[in-house]
Amino acid sequence: MSELLQQIINGVSMGSIYALIALGYTMVYGILRFINFAHGDVFMIGAFVGFFVAPLMVPLVGGSGLAAAVIIMLVSMAACALLGVTIEKLAYRPLRSRPKLTVLITAIGVSLFLEYGGQLVFGPDPKPFPALIPSTMIVNSSFLVLSSNSLVVIGTALGLMLLLRYIVFHTRMGTAMRAVSFDHRAASLMGINIDSVISFTFALGSALAAAAAILYGSIYPSINPLMGLFPGLKAFVAAVLGGIGNLYVAVIGGLIIGLLETLVTGYISPIYRDAISFAVLILILLFRPSGILGRHEAEKV
Amino acid sequence: MMLEIDNLQVSYGAVRAVKGITLAVDQGQIVTLIGANGAGKSSTLRAISGITKASGGHIRFDGRDITALPAHAIVALGISQAPEGRMIFANLTARENLAMGAYLRRDAAEIDKDIDYVFAMFPKLKERIDQPGGKLSGGEQQMLAIARALLARPRLLLLDEPSLGIAPILVRTIFEKIVEINRELGTTILLVEQNARMALSVAQYAYVLETGTVRLHGPAAEIAVNDDIRRAYLGEH
Repeated sequence: MSELLQQIINGVSMGSIYALIALGYTMVYGILRFINFAHGDVFMIGAFVGFFVAPLMVPLVGGSGLAAAVIIMLVSMAACALLGVTIEKLAYRPLRSRPKLTVLITAIGVSLFLEYGGQLVFGPDPKPFPALIPSTMIVNSSFLVLSSNSLVVIGTALGLMLLLRYIVFHTRMGTAMRAVSFDHRAASLMGINIDSVISFTFALGSALAAAAAILYGSIYPSINPLMGLFPGLKAFVAAVLGGIGNLYVAVIGGLIIGLLETLVTGYISPIYRDAISFAVLILILLFRPSGILGRHEAEKV
Repeated sequence: MMLEIDNLQVSYGAVRAVKGITLAVDQGQIVTLIGANGAGKSSTLRAISGITKASGGHIRFDGRDITALPAHAIVALGISQAPEGRMIFANLTARENLAMGAYLRRDAAEIDKDIDYVFAMFPKLKERIDQPGGKLSGGEQQMLAIARALLARPRLLLLDEPSLGIAPILVRTIFEKIVEINRELGTTILLVEQNARMALSVAQYAYVLETGTVRLHGPAAEIAVNDDIRRAYLGEH
């Protein structure tokens, strides 16, 4: 029983990281109807920004502690927001009117560019990610081990999700995002600059990926230029699991994948940890291509 | 002239929908474009709003060439449209749809005033205001589309087939409101309609389009009594 509870806590904290990444996939899909396969690599860049910014915190705020962690996360989020906007502007925007497959292949190209460019610039060896969140044990008994880490991860992710929800459902820009996701032409008839809304969406999604990377680094404190691949793919599975395009179901999808993965690791074998997500993807694509909770969407003409 | 269109051409691939239309709209008027399906009426409105690009010719608003401007910049100049098929955001509430109509405005107090104005004009909208746009009936969506276009406070309002697919009793109401908007707010209106009789009864000037060209134009009262037009578009023999 206690082991199960333990696994659930771990699963939820991993799942909330997947959920943050999945939100980026789902928002971009909602607006452009394409999968940004470079999203996982933006996540990786977020981790490296954190890695390089962390030492600068020593003279600034005295090394570790809450202030340092918050600044590192914000810098990483800002840098990735800029990166996301740049990728869209340089790689995807010129192909806006081309077939979706063209943009999809370009996204894979951008992904490879970031992964191997990252190896060239950062080196291929894993680097230790600094401990930003002091990992004190809140509960440490034979019954349950609860570290501050998992609470901080879950709390931060939850806070960011609520912030995102506020932006999307209660601000002018968020309403414009939803309008654009429904119909680009109708939105432009309102005076909405579609390009600005798309840029904003990429900025938002990429910033969430960066936040996810900083949280991820606090659970797996080893980073490398290919680290975005698996979390990226799993978050993608999370996004399609619920039916891509809907923010709430992306979060639920992330939590399901996180829990499933942790439970499989704990009760079956760590060998199947990665396989389970992809087995889920194959099953979903075979039997419910519009997602467990999704409705079938007619192809837009 | 507020709006001048000079030799406008619009093509969809190999199909030439508009083959050189020249027309003008004077400030304060209601001008109508009538004609059969496929005459190029909607394509002309879409080109004015910039959601379809002209393949030739010029569109000038207040003397300024707007032919190549992006759609959002054209709204900023004071042209808004209630498009064909209404294009209501089904995923947004009626209130959010109205807010999107006022997207470029920052004068919150004046926007509230304008929302009260459209509520007075279409009381039905007030009852449905928190419903998703997709749940509204065809007639309610049409009212919402007109109200949303009005919230941009346009100087030129483009209306594309406001009578399409709505109950005949409502068609009359909507045309009354079109006249009201023109008189009370002084908004210039360019109205595209297949219901030629209704359109000619509210407009001052009319253009009759046929297969992408202007076949005839003149004061609406004269067009309404033209024998050819009566036979072709008003169903009289």
